[in-house]
Amino acid sequence: MLKKIFPNKIISLSNKWIVQLIVLTIIIFIVGLTYAIFISPPDYIQGDSVRIMYVHVPSSFISLGCFAFIGFACIINLIFKIKFMALIAKSLAPVGIVFTIISIVTGSLWGKPTWGVWWAWDARLTSMLILFIFYVAYLLSWKFIDDFQKANKISSIIGIIGLFNLPVIKYSVEWWNTLHQPSSITLTSAPTIHYTMLIPLFIMLLGMIVYSIVIFLMKYKIESMKFKLSKKK
Amino acid sequence: MLSKKAKSRFFYLILFIFSIALIFFLILKNLEDSVVYFFSPTEINNKPNISLNKKIRLGGLVKEGSVKKQNTSVNFIITDLKNEIIVTYNGLLPNLFSEGKGVVAEGKLNDKKYFIANKILAKHDENYMPPEVKEALEKAN
Repeated sequence: MLKKIFPNKIISLSNKWIVQLIVLTIIIFIVGLTYAIFISPPDYIQGDSVRIMYVHVPSSFISLGCFAFIGFACIINLIFKIKFMALIAKSLAPVGIVFTIISIVTGSLWGKPTWGVWWAWDARLTSMLILFIFYVAYLLSWKFIDDFQKANKISSIIGIIGLFNLPVIKYSVEWWNTLHQPSSITLTSAPTIHYTMLIPLFIMLLGMIVYSIVIFLMKYKIESMKFKLSKKK
Repeated sequence: MLSKKAKSRFFYLILFIFSIALIFFLILKNLEDSVVYFFSPTEINNKPNISLNKKIRLGGLVKEGSVKKQNTSVNFIITDLKNEIIVTYNGLLPNLFSEGKGVVAEGKLNDKKYFIANKILAKHDENYMPPEVKEALEKAN
């Protein structure tokens, strides 16, 4: 039953909803950026370059989160052969890869004034680059394999293998000596970021999550339509 | 609940996931020495046969009061609060380089207590706060 309902529902999703979500995104971004750029204080040691964090941290969070969803959708897809799981995973990948690029670029811009180098081959940065490569491989397998069944299987396997990279990214800063600092926000202890900096960080995170949902819904709608059309032929 | 086919797929996928996890683990375990970005003074001290002519990275805290500048060259001590290594460096220091803060030096060991760096990177920690809060904290101490 679920199989029949889901893609149809997304196709009938009115554009009005999407427009409203876009307006919401813009409002959150205006508030978040004003807070991040003008209201929040500079850091005691980094100065104003701390403001890069307000884009860098949420982007990294979303790039990891998207891939986690892709990986689990791939597992469910392979076991239960639920087609719309493949469409969900496929629609999440473009959002994820864009935020991975944003995360790497902003990190590099921050690294130069802070560490003194644009790039270092430490475990966190390298594993993040590997995540980017997994996104590319995943998207290319959809792009270059014409047969849906084949593309579905190969991309799912890439998604599942890539899933193992996520804990490596997350815990790289704890397992090994890295140039990248350990996490400031953890589940187990109080954040080591002052609350005046934490507020804009969370507003920006919220804005980026809503933005990701909008892009995902638009992409998912198109993918569902395409899938339906290809079946009719 | 699960059909027979789904069950067998589930079984093979579990097998697949375990083997991938094992591969990841073995690769990372074997690469341990190259995955770590730098060694601490204690780690260098404990290494039995360390090659002196290979490029390595040394990391730790800049010991308070140890920085001595002379023209463009600078001497300081990297410590992990257990062991110390003297570092000498010729060149520009990153802006965030300061006493008591994290640092990573890239270069060669002269011997186990003396390090010649050709690149210095400042390491930032996970603490973020405005300057006023830092001042208040220092006053409280």
